Amino acid sequence: MTAPAPILQLEGISKRFGPIVANEDVTVTLAEGEVLALLGENGAGKTTLMNILFGHYVPDTGRVVIEGRELPLGQTRAAIDAGVGMVHQHFTLAPNLTVLENVMTGTESLIRLASATRAARRKLGELAERFGLAVDPDARVSDLSVGEKQRVEILKALYNEARILILDEPTAVLTTQEAEHLFETLRGMAKDGLSIIFISHKLNEVLSAADRIVVLRGGRVTAERLSGATTKDELAELMVGRRVDRPVRGRVEPGKVIVEAEGIDVGTGGEKRLDQVSFTLRESEILGIIGVSGNGQAALAQLLSGLARPTAGRLTFDGRDASTLTARDLVRLGVARIPEDRNTEGAVGDFTLWQNTVLEKIDDPRFSRRGLVRRQAAREFCRDMIARFDVRGGGPETETRLLSGGNMQKLIFGRNLSDAPRLLIAAQPTRGLDEGAIAAVHAEILAARRGGAGVILISEDLDEVIALADRAQAIYRGRLSPSVDADHLDPRKMGLMMAGVWDDMADAV
Amino acid sequence: MRFERRETRSPILLMGAPLIAVAVALAITGFLIALSGAPVLEAFQKILISAFGSRLAITETLTRATPLIFTGLAVAVAFRAQVWNIGAEGQLYLGALAVAAAGSGGAFGLPPLLLIPFLMVVGALAGMVLLVVPVTLRFRFGVDEVVTTLLLNFIVLLFVSLAIEGFMRDPLAFGWPQSVPVDGDARLPKLVPKSRLHLGLVIAIIAAIVVFLVNRYSVFGMQSRAAGLNAAAARFAGVPISWTLIKVACLSGGLAGLAGAVEVMGVKGHVSTALSPGFGYAGIVVAMLANLNPLGVVAAAIFVAAMFVGADGMSRSLEVPSFIADVTVSLALLTMLVALFLSTYRVVR
Repeated sequence: MTAPAPILQLEGISKRFGPIVANEDVTVTLAEGEVLALLGENGAGKTTLMNILFGHYVPDTGRVVIEGRELPLGQTRAAIDAGVGMVHQHFTLAPNLTVLENVMTGTESLIRLASATRAARRKLGELAERFGLAVDPDARVSDLSVGEKQRVEILKALYNEARILILDEPTAVLTTQEAEHLFETLRGMAKDGLSIIFISHKLNEVLSAADRIVVLRGGRVTAERLSGATTKDELAELMVGRRVDRPVRGRVEPGKVIVEAEGIDVGTGGEKRLDQVSFTLRESEILGIIGVSGNGQAALAQLLSGLARPTAGRLTFDGRDASTLTARDLVRLGVARIPEDRNTEGAVGDFTLWQNTVLEKIDDPRFSRRGLVRRQAAREFCRDMIARFDVRGGGPETETRLLSGGNMQKLIFGRNLSDAPRLLIAAQPTRGLDEGAIAAVHAEILAARRGGAGVILISEDLDEVIALADRAQAIYRGRLSPSVDADHLDPRKMGLMMAGVWDDMADAV
Repeated sequence: MRFERRETRSPILLMGAPLIAVAVALAITGFLIALSGAPVLEAFQKILISAFGSRLAITETLTRATPLIFTGLAVAVAFRAQVWNIGAEGQLYLGALAVAAAGSGGAFGLPPLLLIPFLMVVGALAGMVLLVVPVTLRFRFGVDEVVTTLLLNFIVLLFVSLAIEGFMRDPLAFGWPQSVPVDGDARLPKLVPKSRLHLGLVIAIIAAIVVFLVNRYSVFGMQSRAAGLNAAAARFAGVPISWTLIKVACLSGGLAGLAGAVEVMGVKGHVSTALSPGFGYAGIVVAMLANLNPLGVVAAAIFVAAMFVGADGMSRSLEVPSFIADVTVSLALLTMLVALFLSTYRVVR
């Protein structure tokens, strides 16, 4: 059987960044009307490859051929002219402009006639209808939801006559329902003759949405499968390179109440970041807070880490008022905190491992005496922690920024969990980690629970919450849904709750 | 062309950076000397001899280096915590003025053994106050301390003019605008007889060692560096940022105030607007050349002082203006910044 003529060929692409090999001899072809998934873990080289295609990077070797013509490398303009459209993971829209203005920016000259705007509006309307991408052309982008913004990004690419559409982790910011809708749209577009590449590390979605799957690992293509001829387990193994089993939750009887929040606000008026938030947490219990990013998770994490104060409501820790406790107080009371952004908040990159290990406990008599750091004791504590939590890539004197993301996260977990915490606040603890590291982090969270700690797990990953949490609450626009027990956690229902639909469920729980 | 951060900074590269920077700055200086028509090698030889060629030359260089060590330390401790103190010049003058005010006219009848430490504390306190205010404004209201500390320099200098032409004017100075002198008991003892070199140098070196030890071994040193390197992580880890910055401001401003105190007590005996030929600003160069290392500050201060003293001597015998020293020192700052950048990043295609 001969395959249809490829519209796009990436041939022998290699790219190094210093000692790091991002892509090595990668060859990928894309047929017209095909939906291709690039599957791989973080750091597998998916995004680099697409950035080479789109002209952001110049490869060290290799060539890009579109419809038989070789593309000049490193020129975004040439890629766009050849019909490549890219939807970035982080949107590139101007929030203060309308949808129409955003779509026109970059293609039309700045000074334009009303007739040009009319023509653009007509074209945009036609595209939106043809592909089922309904969006108000005169809405300001800042007023749109994330899903709508993504639609605008896609429309912008289509407006530029894109015939090859690249989407970088398109579902990272979407609810379950929005993601399903997106893939329906993409399949429709493929039927219409467009060719689509989407980047993902989620097995379910590549299996359901793609025709063909190319697996990248360590910068190389390790496998290529038709989506009908493979399984989730096979893909997982191809992607990670070995079998990784995530730990299983098991059952632990919760103890007495540790944290109680009642009607908490953070911020006031139009800048309310949390709105009448209530929850309770017991010993040996994991409470999952699930939601699409940007719905108040950061404020909740800051509140529980001692970085933000409630403006209304009651927050107690072990029965005592906790609304004015600082980060230092919480650490002293045995609260372990895993920050959302490990690079900016979790560690000082230029500090050594031992310095980062003891920085938040520096007042502890184990680590300082009369204002002087007990360097030897701190180093030893760090060495023990490294061994116990399997932190790889350096010793106590290594600069922290040299660690990989997974090892940095192990360091942050290690320094928090080596002193048997009473409460663990983990904000997006597995974001950006590979499968092996995710399994390790999950094991640590479950171990903390077995040790009697209460855990608040703030996550965007529904699978993670379903796998770990005893109970879950959805967060939407700063408000928390009622709590749902683990037995009732199904993706469909949680997807709705993540979109703020829960009022009619309050009774069912 | 792109810049990539180096995985590790080799210690050789880090140690070598100031030497390379100084060498390049001197090479450019040589080019400028040649442009003005003077023999380059002879000019450098003259600079070297004028700075280190005799016992007197060495004491002069070290005398000049003393306030530079203090201002260099002041800048180094501040920059390390990312407190951008550009106001060492103003803190120096305010420290000097406070010492002149407290150390003249009987000076509370303190014996010399107590008077000298007392006046140093007074000078340091004045410098502290002048820096704590802008730093407080920064974390209270987000006012950029680069602007406030820089502009305070001019305000302080005008205030000094006001004082020495008005309420603190020395009536015996034949109309020269200078302050009343400090009492004899308040003068720092000389280290070398018949020279200007005074005890201030020893105090400066002790200060450098103390700052080095504080940075390396104390909780405050660790917290202030964390605040400087990554304020978000420091805040998350529970470091009291505001309080840490206040302490940094006290240390930095105090050191700059001490620079003024020792200049008055050790060299001039009074305050005039000629007290400092830009020691505060040169302190920035000194701190950067030292890569903010307190012990390196001592060496960098001696280099900068030698350039100034040497260029003075050189310009007397060759037709090259002594401003060449300013050029060299300023160039050294620029080349040092480039050298530091290149020791942290490598150039890739």
